[in-house]
Amino acid sequence: MSKRKILMSLATMCVLSTAAVAEGPKPGGVVNAVIQPEPPSLMMGLVQNGPTQMVAGNIYEGLLRYSPKLDPLPGLAETWSVSEDGRVYTFKLVKGVTWHDGKPFTSADVLFSIEFLKQTHARARGNLVQLDKVEAPDESTVVFTLKQPFGPFIGIFEVGSLPMIPKHIYEGTNFKTNPANNTPVGTGPFMFKEWQKGSFIRLVKNPNYHVKGKPNIDEIYWNVIPDAAARSVAYETGKVDVLPGGSVENFDVPRLSKLKNTCVTGAGWEFFSPHSWLWLNNRSGPTANKKFRQALMFAIDRNMAKDVVWNGLGKVATGPSGSAIKYYTSAVPKYDYDPAKAKALLKEAGYNGEKVRMLPLPYGETWQRWAEMVRQNLQDVGINVEMIATDVPGWNQKVSEWDYDIAFTYLYQYGDPALGVGRNYVSSQIAKGSPFNNVEGYSNSEIDKLFADGAVAFPDSAREEIYAKAQKILVEDVPVAWMLELQFPTITRCSVKNLITTGIGVNDGFRDAWIEK
Amino acid sequence: MISFIAQRIAKAIIVLLALVVLNFFLIRMAPGDPAVVMAGEAGAGDQLFIVQLREKFGLDQPLPVQLFLYVKGILSLDLGFSFRQQMPVSTLILQRLPATLLLTGTAFAISLAFGILFGALAARFAGTWADTAITVAALIFYATPLFWVALMAILLFSVAMDWLPSFGYETVGAGYTGLTHVFDVAAHLILPATTIGLFFMATYARMTRASMLEVGRLDFVKTARAKGLSDTVIQRRHVLRNALLPVVTLAGLQAGTLVGGAVLTETVFAWPGIGRLMYEALLQRDYNLLLGVFVVCSAMVLAFNLITDLVYRSVDPRIEFAA
Repeated sequence: MSKRKILMSLATMCVLSTAAVAEGPKPGGVVNAVIQPEPPSLMMGLVQNGPTQMVAGNIYEGLLRYSPKLDPLPGLAETWSVSEDGRVYTFKLVKGVTWHDGKPFTSADVLFSIEFLKQTHARARGNLVQLDKVEAPDESTVVFTLKQPFGPFIGIFEVGSLPMIPKHIYEGTNFKTNPANNTPVGTGPFMFKEWQKGSFIRLVKNPNYHVKGKPNIDEIYWNVIPDAAARSVAYETGKVDVLPGGSVENFDVPRLSKLKNTCVTGAGWEFFSPHSWLWLNNRSGPTANKKFRQALMFAIDRNMAKDVVWNGLGKVATGPSGSAIKYYTSAVPKYDYDPAKAKALLKEAGYNGEKVRMLPLPYGETWQRWAEMVRQNLQDVGINVEMIATDVPGWNQKVSEWDYDIAFTYLYQYGDPALGVGRNYVSSQIAKGSPFNNVEGYSNSEIDKLFADGAVAFPDSAREEIYAKAQKILVEDVPVAWMLELQFPTITRCSVKNLITTGIGVNDGFRDAWIEK
Repeated sequence: MISFIAQRIAKAIIVLLALVVLNFFLIRMAPGDPAVVMAGEAGAGDQLFIVQLREKFGLDQPLPVQLFLYVKGILSLDLGFSFRQQMPVSTLILQRLPATLLLTGTAFAISLAFGILFGALAARFAGTWADTAITVAALIFYATPLFWVALMAILLFSVAMDWLPSFGYETVGAGYTGLTHVFDVAAHLILPATTIGLFFMATYARMTRASMLEVGRLDFVKTARAKGLSDTVIQRRHVLRNALLPVVTLAGLQAGTLVGGAVLTETVFAWPGIGRLMYEALLQRDYNLLLGVFVVCSAMVLAFNLITDLVYRSVDPRIEFAA
């Protein structure tokens, strides 16, 4: 494209965007989105899987929302403050908020939600471990007092981590069998209307939403389409307007992105920061040897994986923390693609061609292709790789029983190393039966201490220093082989505006979205 | 006849119970369990959560105890509770049953009607171009994997021509009622029902053709010809009727699987039926739901076997019931 054409295009874009701004959000319209798999329930206090959060994140709300940079934004709390010693957090709630059934939302609901979630929400339980007490001095004030400063505390209030539950519906009932679980009642911008199991979930606009002028969209239909190819076709034929990240196989993304009126973005995953790596069994076999593990890092062409398998989206991971996570540092040892160096390290490690079992992640064709690519990289430097095929439960069992040498995975990091990073490297998290803890069996007392100190250090600068040190040690030791900071592309009609405005993207995005007519 | 039916039902109950026990152990032999799958989906790695889930689902009990409780439930017609869907299994199955019956029933009717028709035509015009065309087409549809046919049908009729919807049971959000709704559902039904129907149609056509040619060589057909009956009457009244027994057997077997739905077709076309429910239950190791679907499907297969035996009698009065 010539410079002139580029300038003309830019000028046109400026005119168009100015026109869009001038027009502003328009009320009305219906959006068809895809949800997969079908959520088991929309009651966010009881079920925390991805599809539930994606749909119900528009029904329920948390006290805070988070910007793409993970700075807290007002949610059900309009202001908040932290005491000088970092132990007392005071939230002022938005006044005049009502539940979808018309009852007022008050600080009593917040207190009730905390107790509710301690019983039902595994992640919330972990996040609240330092909570000493929570009090409600008046109807619109909530005060959290911690046993000691807990750095990540201000980051635990998004809707998926700490959704507000209506006290008047659940108090004194059996939470799990409460009939209201089938007709969730929140304070969010959309209200539950209908669920035809196996077909669609319908949400409608909350006319009494506490943010004036929002939401703009009248209705959202979440279409349940189990096959990835069928989801692509549904978008292509105009039956759906929004394909949230991960809805289609990556090889379909370039084709779909060329369709008329189609926009693609990798934004909206900053809070989760899905971080992918290879579990390396540190206990036995070749992967128990640090030099072998370092050799793997040099042997794998992660840039090619990013460009080919992931269509250029995401970033090559430099270590245990994603770059969107607090206290991330890039000042760590580097492992650029260097097969010669990998071969030299393998020689030093004394690797003699033993078979190494590799488990791909059974999440579809994209992951299968990535595993094939890694196998080729490893075979190129002389590693004898055997691929083991499993389905999801089989993968879970093999990994949680430590029955593997190399296993693909990715996990969410939840904005802070104390929440989503430390659990994979500290010794206290070595326990059979779960595929989400320190599965590799890495044990280093210095790392244990750093993560223990980092969680409760105060102020922020102290935490920063601790986590920088931890990252350096881990990257040197290579307990796992970090691959990519993933970005799952969200594909939408360009006429659906303003869908992704926060760090959790589509999960609470329809509040601000509007449709250009 | 009544004692024949009573004895067959008694035997069917024993077979069904044996199947329940077999399926119970088969499912548990597969690696992984629902607790770990659900913990993974929730992004919760803590041991306590997984242990709590296992306790909640009764998976911490010894296997014989789990089996005893399950069989006890079955005997009181309770199919249990779905771990993942958090609903009674019977409710889930009943919710999906109408869609599945509509799909498989339509496919069954299409395949049986057109399969017999094309098979009879091929036999009637054996050795001609029409016979060759039907036989080759039947062979192609019989040999082509269903999912491929489904995807090609979507590409052709939904993407390229935009004639038919590619997924779902109805147009979401259209709010159609009455006849408009019927036509809308019918439009959604065409591609999945034809996809399943083509395979079985090919089977019926091949079987009808072969059977009719065989029967056509028997002496009674020669007698009919000698009596001066027209060829059409001979084919329709004498040959076809006698050639239908193997087709009835096959149709009985297919009818038994109607309730189980069609896993691949329902998945590709996002048809909200039992086949998809079963597929998702398998991926999530939702033991009770999977077993529940198996129980219902097994019961239907046994029931249709019995019905097939009864239909034999009406097709061929020479067959007698022996208890």
